[in-house]
Amino acid sequence: MPATKPVKAGRPKRATAAAPGPFAGYELDGFFDEVFSAPGVVRPAYRKLVQRLNRMSPAQLNERRQMADVSFLNQGITFTVYNDNQGTERIFPFDLVPRIIPAAEWAHIEAGLVQRITALNLFLHDLYHQQNILRDGVIPRHFIDEAKHFRKEFMGFNVPRNIYIHICGTDLVRDGDGTYLVLEDNARSPSGVSYLLENRSTLKRVFPHVFEAYGVRPVEHYTEELLNLLKYIAPHAKPNPTVAVLTPGIHNSAYFEHSFLARQMGVEIVEGRDLIVQDDHVFMRTTRGLQPVDVVYRRIDDDFLDPLVFRPDSLLGVPGIVNAYRAGNISLANSIGTGVADDKVMYYFVPHMIKYYLDQDPILPNVPTYLASEPTDLKYIMDHLPELVVKAANEAGGYGMLVGPHATKTEVEKFRKLIKADPRNYIAQPTLALSRHPCFFDDHFEGRHIDLRPYILYGEKISIIPGGLTRVALRKGSLVVNSSQGGGSKDTWVLEGEE
Amino acid sequence: MLSRVAESLFWMGRQVERAENIARIVDVNSQLLLDLPRPESERIARNWLPVVACLGDETAFRERYKKADAGAVTEFLLFDRTHANSIVGSLAAARENARTVREQISPEMWEQINRTYLWLMSKGARQFFERNAYDFFQRVKKSLQLFQGITDSVMMHGVGWEFLQMGRHLERADKTSRLLDDEFFLVRKENSPGGGALVQWQAILRASNARQSYQRIHAAVVDPMKVADLLLLHDEFPRSVEFCVRAVDEALRRLSGVAPGRFSNCAEKLSGRLLSELSFSSIEEIWARGLHEVMDELQLKLNELGAAILEVYMHPSTTPTAVAAAGSATASLPQVPQ
Repeated sequence: MPATKPVKAGRPKRATAAAPGPFAGYELDGFFDEVFSAPGVVRPAYRKLVQRLNRMSPAQLNERRQMADVSFLNQGITFTVYNDNQGTERIFPFDLVPRIIPAAEWAHIEAGLVQRITALNLFLHDLYHQQNILRDGVIPRHFIDEAKHFRKEFMGFNVPRNIYIHICGTDLVRDGDGTYLVLEDNARSPSGVSYLLENRSTLKRVFPHVFEAYGVRPVEHYTEELLNLLKYIAPHAKPNPTVAVLTPGIHNSAYFEHSFLARQMGVEIVEGRDLIVQDDHVFMRTTRGLQPVDVVYRRIDDDFLDPLVFRPDSLLGVPGIVNAYRAGNISLANSIGTGVADDKVMYYFVPHMIKYYLDQDPILPNVPTYLASEPTDLKYIMDHLPELVVKAANEAGGYGMLVGPHATKTEVEKFRKLIKADPRNYIAQPTLALSRHPCFFDDHFEGRHIDLRPYILYGEKISIIPGGLTRVALRKGSLVVNSSQGGGSKDTWVLEGEE
Repeated sequence: MLSRVAESLFWMGRQVERAENIARIVDVNSQLLLDLPRPESERIARNWLPVVACLGDETAFRERYKKADAGAVTEFLLFDRTHANSIVGSLAAARENARTVREQISPEMWEQINRTYLWLMSKGARQFFERNAYDFFQRVKKSLQLFQGITDSVMMHGVGWEFLQMGRHLERADKTSRLLDDEFFLVRKENSPGGGALVQWQAILRASNARQSYQRIHAAVVDPMKVADLLLLHDEFPRSVEFCVRAVDEALRRLSGVAPGRFSNCAEKLSGRLLSELSFSSIEEIWARGLHEVMDELQLKLNELGAAILEVYMHPSTTPTAVAAAGSATASLPQVPQ
């Protein structure tokens, strides 16, 4: 393979067609591409990376990929394939080529996310207290009355340090001209941060030289920040509180992450059966008897948290923990009742919240959204169903979703009925031309659609781990990035500078 | 330490030890065929049931297989995932336990157990076994010994370590006692101490990794009673029952801080009693009573001890209110020094 000459600033280097490298024949197909601004024209931030990739043979690239795969397999970063009694395990697909975000672009994203989480927390506080935003008619009251995750039992309740959403994963996408848009907020228990951290540690081993050649902002301090945050919200500002991660158990698909975070923070990982509540205090069952717990990072939804208060059939939860929480003896992250903020109908109102509470314009816009409960919107949705993406208001993980242009007639008609039967529970958005990023397949690169989930921590201050988890829809043409739907992920680099 | 975590570590210790023991027992049995005279070796090749019986899994075996020939028994003991006490079954369980306590063990321990399991589950492992059983067993044993070595050198020797080691030593004592049970394995009462029987005692030594130790003490002459003495009562041989029981007893005392000769819970009572019994027994007495009877009783006591440890540390029957809460000193449970 011929060595590529060093690139001079301002003179874009032809990377396709001319060079018979792994990018030969790479097509943009009219999408916004993260690496190429035009066919063969590499964006400045990616120049060093593309040079390096062009110098590698497919065999070398495959070798690196196997290195990465084996490393994931040995570390047990896998999920079990159900309905397979051989106990086959697969790794979450990892694409070798990192996504690179230059400093200024990241500064814009970061500012937008800080603004958004600030407004969401103000909204939750207001909603569980005076409800001014409803009184002033910014959000019609009936939307709250009908919201599945609104916990009216917690009206008037003061959460520790006044923070509701401590850990948030906000999904961003880029549209056809590269504008970052907010796709949704995950304000309950967003997962994936462990993959972000493992992706980074793997990529450093697989591409040490490329990594060194860039000034990449570190991500490794995430768990430390998370622990600081959890300690900060301890009841009565108790010094040196005992923190635990509450998991539904080993059969949960995110168990690896729960265990990873507990390990990295050096705290216990507990299941519901490990905890017991006495006199509104929470204890762990240990070999030394019962030990008090102060803060629980719970990875269990509200519904399953306490069978005495929410779903009585839940075996995962801790009977009595909600009363201990009410009594102020235990802190929970995230707080109870945050689910109302990631209802997709509430999402529609987030720009209004930003205006209402902060008197600012949103830095990161929403994707245009139609509410099926509004007659004019509903008519538009029904008239344009095959072009739209429809989402159920309270589903996650890519379930309960219709991608009109990729759906069969039967599926479209099925959703037409669903929407008609329960309009409050559906929203629709135009099908976005999501940005694409090259991914490595056998001996060449092809563009695949991606999104970005940054992780926001809200404690003493708001901190966002640089970058986030870049998820890739690995199926050709697919727009769905969820791992349950054939998605993979990439390491994401935020640069100290612009290239 | 969480009771659930202590329990996982305890079982993980047992399961890894179990897998290694099975590998050694099956390995030795295959080799035995080469050492025995013709009619005897053919009898054994047709009937591997004593191996299964020695491990106490006869019922489970009969539910799954018709003939107890070499093929069926090795499949059952090595690769049968539906059988919890096979090598693969033990390791699958050990790995699940390791997965639930990954924050307690070192990443190296996890990777070693994970890698060993993934290899055993691969097609390559089975082909390797079919091509060269001897090397296969070597590799299984080495992988598991590596796990023990990593554990020893990187895991904190704290509370979790004690539970892991208690599981390991209880399992080891149990397997040694089973090998010595002359109703099972290969040693038959009717065998006069002729050539064939001695080969079998040699096999028992090999299956306990004890050949070299035996030779250093007693030179090359294999005397059944001396073999039993080494495997039961020797206080320096790390697989002897007495050695293992002492290890458990000492671990329990480190956990509670209670001096030898006294007890603060039923686990300590049982371990102390069993240790005294073994310490103040001679092999002549045991031989006179009959190995089978003594081993049977021993296995029962080891089971009781295991159950008592679980009872005391993992499933205390005490109601929560009676248990030490928030550091109050009313505990009926022992306090573990950190």
